[in-house]
Amino acid sequence: MEYFLQQLINGLTLGSIYGLIAIGYTMVYGIIGMINFAHGDIFMVGAFIALIAITALGFVASTGIGLIILALMLVLVISMLFAAVYGWTVERLAYRPLRGSFRLAPLITAIGMSIALQNYVQIAQGARVKPLQPIITGGYTITETMTENGLFAVQLSNIQILIIVTTVILMTLFSLLIAKTSLGRSQRACEQDRKMAALLGVNVDRTISLTFVVGAALAAVAGLMFLLYYGVIDFYIGFVAGVKAFTAAVLGGIGSLPGAMLGGLLIGLIETFWSGYFTVEYKDVAAFSILAIVLIFMPSGLLGKPEVEKV
Amino acid sequence: MAATTENRVIASLKDSLISAVIAFALFGPIVGLKTETEPGGLALSAHFGTVGVIVAIVFVGRLLLNLLVWKADRPITRGLSGLIPAQTSLGGFGKFVAPVALLFALIFPFLPITDRYILDLSVLVLTYVMLGWGLNIVVGLAGLLDLGYVAFYAVGAYSYALLSTKFFPMLVEMGYVGGGIMDWAFWICLPLAGILAAFWGIILGFPVLRLRGDYLAIVTLAFGEIVRIVLLNWYWFTGGPDGISRIPRPSFFGIPFSRGEGGFADTFNLDYSSMQRIVFFYYLILALALLTNLVTLRLRRLPIGRAWEALREDEIACRSLGINTTNTKLTAFAIGAMFGGFAGSFFATRQGFISPESFTFIESAVILAIVVLGGLGSQIGVVIAAVVMIGGFEIFRQAEEFRMLIFGLLMVFIMVWRPRGLISSRKPSIGLHSRKAIGAENVAQGQG
Amino acid sequence: MASWSENPILKVEHLTMRFGGLVAIDDLSFDVGRGDITALIGPNGAGKTTVFNCITGFYKPTEGRLKLRHHDGDTFLLERMPDFKIARHAKVARTFQNIRLFGGMTVLENLMVAQHNPLMHASAFSFAGIFSLPRFRNAEAKAVERATYWLEHVNLIDRADDPASDLPYGAQRRLEIARAMCTGPELLCLDEPAAGLNPRESAELNKLLRYIGANHETSILLIEHDMSVVMEISDHVVVLDYGEKISDGNPEKVKNDPAVIAAYLGVDDEEVETVEQEVGV
Repeated sequence: MEYFLQQLINGLTLGSIYGLIAIGYTMVYGIIGMINFAHGDIFMVGAFIALIAITALGFVASTGIGLIILALMLVLVISMLFAAVYGWTVERLAYRPLRGSFRLAPLITAIGMSIALQNYVQIAQGARVKPLQPIITGGYTITETMTENGLFAVQLSNIQILIIVTTVILMTLFSLLIAKTSLGRSQRACEQDRKMAALLGVNVDRTISLTFVVGAALAAVAGLMFLLYYGVIDFYIGFVAGVKAFTAAVLGGIGSLPGAMLGGLLIGLIETFWSGYFTVEYKDVAAFSILAIVLIFMPSGLLGKPEVEKV
Repeated sequence: MAATTENRVIASLKDSLISAVIAFALFGPIVGLKTETEPGGLALSAHFGTVGVIVAIVFVGRLLLNLLVWKADRPITRGLSGLIPAQTSLGGFGKFVAPVALLFALIFPFLPITDRYILDLSVLVLTYVMLGWGLNIVVGLAGLLDLGYVAFYAVGAYSYALLSTKFFPMLVEMGYVGGGIMDWAFWICLPLAGILAAFWGIILGFPVLRLRGDYLAIVTLAFGEIVRIVLLNWYWFTGGPDGISRIPRPSFFGIPFSRGEGGFADTFNLDYSSMQRIVFFYYLILALALLTNLVTLRLRRLPIGRAWEALREDEIACRSLGINTTNTKLTAFAIGAMFGGFAGSFFATRQGFISPESFTFIESAVILAIVVLGGLGSQIGVVIAAVVMIGGFEIFRQAEEFRMLIFGLLMVFIMVWRPRGLISSRKPSIGLHSRKAIGAENVAQGQG
Repeated sequence: MASWSENPILKVEHLTMRFGGLVAIDDLSFDVGRGDITALIGPNGAGKTTVFNCITGFYKPTEGRLKLRHHDGDTFLLERMPDFKIARHAKVARTFQNIRLFGGMTVLENLMVAQHNPLMHASAFSFAGIFSLPRFRNAEAKAVERATYWLEHVNLIDRADDPASDLPYGAQRRLEIARAMCTGPELLCLDEPAAGLNPRESAELNKLLRYIGANHETSILLIEHDMSVVMEISDHVVVLDYGEKISDGNPEKVKNDPAVIAAYLGVDDEEVETVEQEVGV
């Protein structure tokens, strides 16, 4: 039971990170119907910018807690801003020229961009993994039990609290953004019918650009969380996390924002539980198999709108 | 006139300045501040000189483009557009391009310019041509987006490797067959590998082919990853990350390429040379690729091929005409997978060593890029794209670490330049009076 | 008993189709007479296309029975069959309200795809085809012959090698009918074949449908809004409104049915007479 609780906490943390990335996939898919393969790499770039900012600011775990929080907020803003520029540029260079073109063309440019971004960061920052000293340490022990192997304590670390809380706050803000603001309205309008939205005076190009900017900023948040949680990053994390997050978006029902979050959490939980109870090596196989099984029985994902075949 | 010129210059300057600012934001932190691992933790080393150079290049490049091309009255690229053959002229051009290319390919190993390096490279290019042709059946004809094609390539490679290094020696040891079978291993395993890959294509395809569009894409991608992860972790069977080594080389229909008596050189009264085997590899992959092409071209003109293309155009209409779309998709998937399997066993026998490293997602992406860049459904387009992508990749060998970066950017550039690929017209499979090429604007890309 | 009920090709019995809470078709029964041209009419949203989708298997009906009998006596229960089998074995062909041609393929190729199943059989699942055996070559020649026959009858023979999406609208409609006929159907379902046609094209369509009815073992069921087409060529008219049948009979009877007029003009039954006087029926 305690072991289960611990896995649940770990799974939720990982799932939050996946969920934040998955939102970027699902938003872009919703609005222009393409898989933005470079999104995982934007997440990686965000993590690197966060790493650079943290190193530049030069704070460590022993800095006072107030200062750390302030500094982390600053790092968060910096990485969101710069990652947003990347998101915008990728859209502008690789996708906008192909707007209205054939379905597979932007998919190939996206894959090209993903390869380019990975190698660009590898060249600029080196291929070796980058370790970061833990900044947020400590945590709470929820329960302790004696087992044959000694004391087993269920830990909830401060960083896990930070990740889950930040995700919840961002999700709330983000839902409000989509539901209440004019950007959200334009975004939803473009999702429904891009041509009609343009006829009604919605600036479609701008809306799509903003979608990429918002998606990239959320991915940067995930990047910072990933960095703080695992303490190491390299230029390749974008691909693995990207594929997982995209899987999460599809599992939840691509195009659906709550679906992306739910999918992220599920993928996170499946991975940690599989690793915890079975084998670590096959955790990705488990995640992908669940995806395939869900899609076979629910072809539009868990929360996606069922696709009615128009005859 | 003077006023508009002035406006133009100011507008261009402004635009270029904005680009420079964006470039600074992009490259400033990532290029300018390199994190270095040091004993006490991380440290930053500044490279602002590089950033300055990049930003300057962006500024000047953008300014020149603005002044001379985008905002100019007489863009200097105007003359260039004539250099690029139009789609329709390429269609007719293709008529004699294919025979000439084929002839060239046949005499290629004996040309004076051909050395060992170039021949090795050509074998690689031809492998990708074959893979591209195989995937073209699935993506180009049937319109099914498969992001996990490399899985079938892997199945083919591992089938050959395992059969020839484990299964056959076991049979020999147990006395079921004579030791001579090892000389024929490749020729027996090649069809088996193809059949196994096709079988896997059906196993995978059966549950997932009901999915549409990008759902199919992600599930095929997932399948490709699953295959790789299993190969990586099933240690006792596949050797895990160590892979399988000492895979038997193919024989010339039973005559091995070895030095000494009974070898290829000895049998045909030639001097022994290691080039003989490479030339043999070259013709082997050429023959396999041509077989793929021939079968595809033939199938296109049969009801099954027409059904694939109809499926790409409109699946619902297909069903209203009594076509079993699931079976039709499955055949496309299985036949595409089979050729992937053939290519895989060729890869294994050529390398002599395989490991899961060779079957990553990036391989699937490259093969797909070759198909899409070449022009979906176009056989000659695949050849051109494979030569450009794989050959081009080699040209940048000196650039070393910049190679993949250039590769990625090249993919973006070609696609933006020609969204429908290099050759995008479609040749009808049958004609009453004539067979005129159909322009790309009419042809659908499928929703599967 | 009406003539269409004597030897019907299709008997629709208590057909009901619900989408969630929405009842699109409610307990609908009617007969489609063999060799007849039957028209299914009704205001927008009456459920006509839904009936078509149930007959051709694109929707599975919630309740009811669809019994189809070939002229040689073979009987099929359509509600139990998947869509492609309905086209293949029960020989029901259809066209679509928003034309669904294979746009990137030529006109001739469209008609060849329609003959997929016999050709596939002749090619022995491609094995005979790959080696171009005579068995396949003959079958292909025959298929081209049949395609040519229909192209001549829909007046598209000169455009046989053009891509289908290059044809003008009216020609695309005719091609879709030719494509459906190439499957050799017993029942041809046409979803608004005259939509978007000019009067001359409508007249040609009438001629084509009469020709099909007179010269082939094909009965026709059509959805149509153009009353000039419906009244001129139909032998039997079924009127739907809100998923229910409100009238059923020959064109003359239906034209004068107060319920039909009410449905079309949108008034209560009691007011029909006043409305009729106003519009001068």
